[in-house]
Amino acid sequence: MSAADAREAMVEVRALHKEFGAVHVLKGVDLTVERGSVCVVLGPSGSGKSTLLRCINELEEITGGSVRVEGELMGYTEVATDDGTRLHRLHPKVIARQRARIGMVFQRFNLFPHKTALENVMEAPVHVRGDSRSTARARALELLDRVGLADRVDHYPAQLSGGQQQRVAIARALAMDPDLMLFDEPTSALDPELVGEVLAVMQDLARSGMTMVVVSHEIGFAREVADHVVFMDDGVIVEEGPPSAVIDAPSQARTKDFLAHVL
Amino acid sequence: MTASTSGDGPAGADPVPNRIDARPVPRPGRLVSAVVVLVLAAMALHGLVTNENFRWDIVWLYLRDTTVVRGVGWTLVLTAGAMVVAIALAVTLAVMRRSGNPVMRWTSWFYIWFFRGTPVYTQLVFWGLLSVLYPRLSIGIPFGPEFFVFDTGDLITAFWAAMFGLALNEAAYLAEIVRAGLGSVDPGQSEAAKALGMKDSKILRRIVLPQAMRVIVPPTGNETISMLKTTSLVLAVPFTLELTFVTNSIGNRIFLPIPLLMVAAIWYLFITSILMVGQHYVERYYGRGFGTDHTPRRPRQAAIAAAGTTKEDPFMDVTP
Repeated sequence: MSAADAREAMVEVRALHKEFGAVHVLKGVDLTVERGSVCVVLGPSGSGKSTLLRCINELEEITGGSVRVEGELMGYTEVATDDGTRLHRLHPKVIARQRARIGMVFQRFNLFPHKTALENVMEAPVHVRGDSRSTARARALELLDRVGLADRVDHYPAQLSGGQQQRVAIARALAMDPDLMLFDEPTSALDPELVGEVLAVMQDLARSGMTMVVVSHEIGFAREVADHVVFMDDGVIVEEGPPSAVIDAPSQARTKDFLAHVL
Repeated sequence: MTASTSGDGPAGADPVPNRIDARPVPRPGRLVSAVVVLVLAAMALHGLVTNENFRWDIVWLYLRDTTVVRGVGWTLVLTAGAMVVAIALAVTLAVMRRSGNPVMRWTSWFYIWFFRGTPVYTQLVFWGLLSVLYPRLSIGIPFGPEFFVFDTGDLITAFWAAMFGLALNEAAYLAEIVRAGLGSVDPGQSEAAKALGMKDSKILRRIVLPQAMRVIVPPTGNETISMLKTTSLVLAVPFTLELTFVTNSIGNRIFLPIPLLMVAAIWYLFITSILMVGQHYVERYYGRGFGTDHTPRRPRQAAIAAAGTTKEDPFMDVTP
């Protein structure tokens, strides 16, 4: 990795294309997320924003272009040949290691239902990183306390509200001490009165300097917390910039149209 | 879930002051059908008890016969052994079916196609004749040199042929059950585990299989009960120590086949009853225990059930 780039850019997406069979979902996306910044991706459903997020941590294999996180190419390695370079696919073990330093929070929480909140948070530190159970336990308790669930550690996901489950999911992702957090519509599956508690945790996380990419419909959150707002439609980035520009004074018709529907 | 404080009022007072006490719909058909069935049952019982030909004295005598009890023992050993081997093989086959390697997928498909497609009786005869077909077995390179050579008759005795014959056949059915179980787990579960950096083998072992168990275990109990009775076919090998063969031969020897059939039937019923009690608890343990009177024993399983990360009825496409 080149040190000069790694200093500022946490995520660099270049000319990213993604096809699902015959469906061309991402049509050349360029995106840079700076270290310590919060990037909120807005856009109508089907615009490719979730796919973009899933390409960043290799949950989807990209069709064209490149994704770099902290300067490191995701999923591939460049090998020099006689006529330039050729990409070699990385071994799944290496890809797993790359993913381990990127936290992800899902729309439907995806907590492990057969494990308690504490066990959910301890799972990856113990079974991926190889921490001792006591270390992982102490850290997990600390994280659950941080998301306000110190009194729910022994509850199973089914015994928690949606908002509580999503906060456990955030703690679970943080347990691997990620450099980057991805949020895939984290509040879309929540009842309206539970959205606030999750956004509060995310806001707190942003304040602590975590680099975050958030796919969301929460315009208020974007305006308040985002450093950078991206508006996507039909597989391309239509408009991007600070929230004051993209949300409050959009220049593109499609952005205006979308915001008129959401706000 | 919010804590609701229900105002019960003073103790003993009916919280519903206008409780309905209506006359139920008359259903004379129920009474008639019940009487008919009870009369038929009484007739059957009468026929069983009063018919001298059943020779209940002989039945009672041979129920406790040493050879018969030993036959029960062998039947249980065959059942348990075959099921253990079959389960291990079935998980392997089910995982192979999901493999990215087409050779693995096809091998698994072919195995299930073959062993489900031929009668277990035929398979057992074949395993019994293996030492005739291949008098010696060797480990080496195909068409090349041999490193180890065994005498087939020494290596595969009737017992092993019977047990593995049953196991190989059963594995094909169980593999489909395991496959359905694995398929019933929400893909979001593996995705979340992947995002945490877990490797595929670990995801299977720690995340997917434990959740698939509640779907896999009940039909496996069913298969175990079925296996108990399938062991009676091992005379095809021939393995001659299990319950059916033993009771048949005694019956033929003393010219009283019917009482000895009853002996075998009573023993099978007895073991099946015990297995059913076991299965009841296992199902309660792993089942979707919500909404009924009993609370599941372990909250862990209840939690899996309630999370709805496994499908409602994944067996639609596998039940043979």
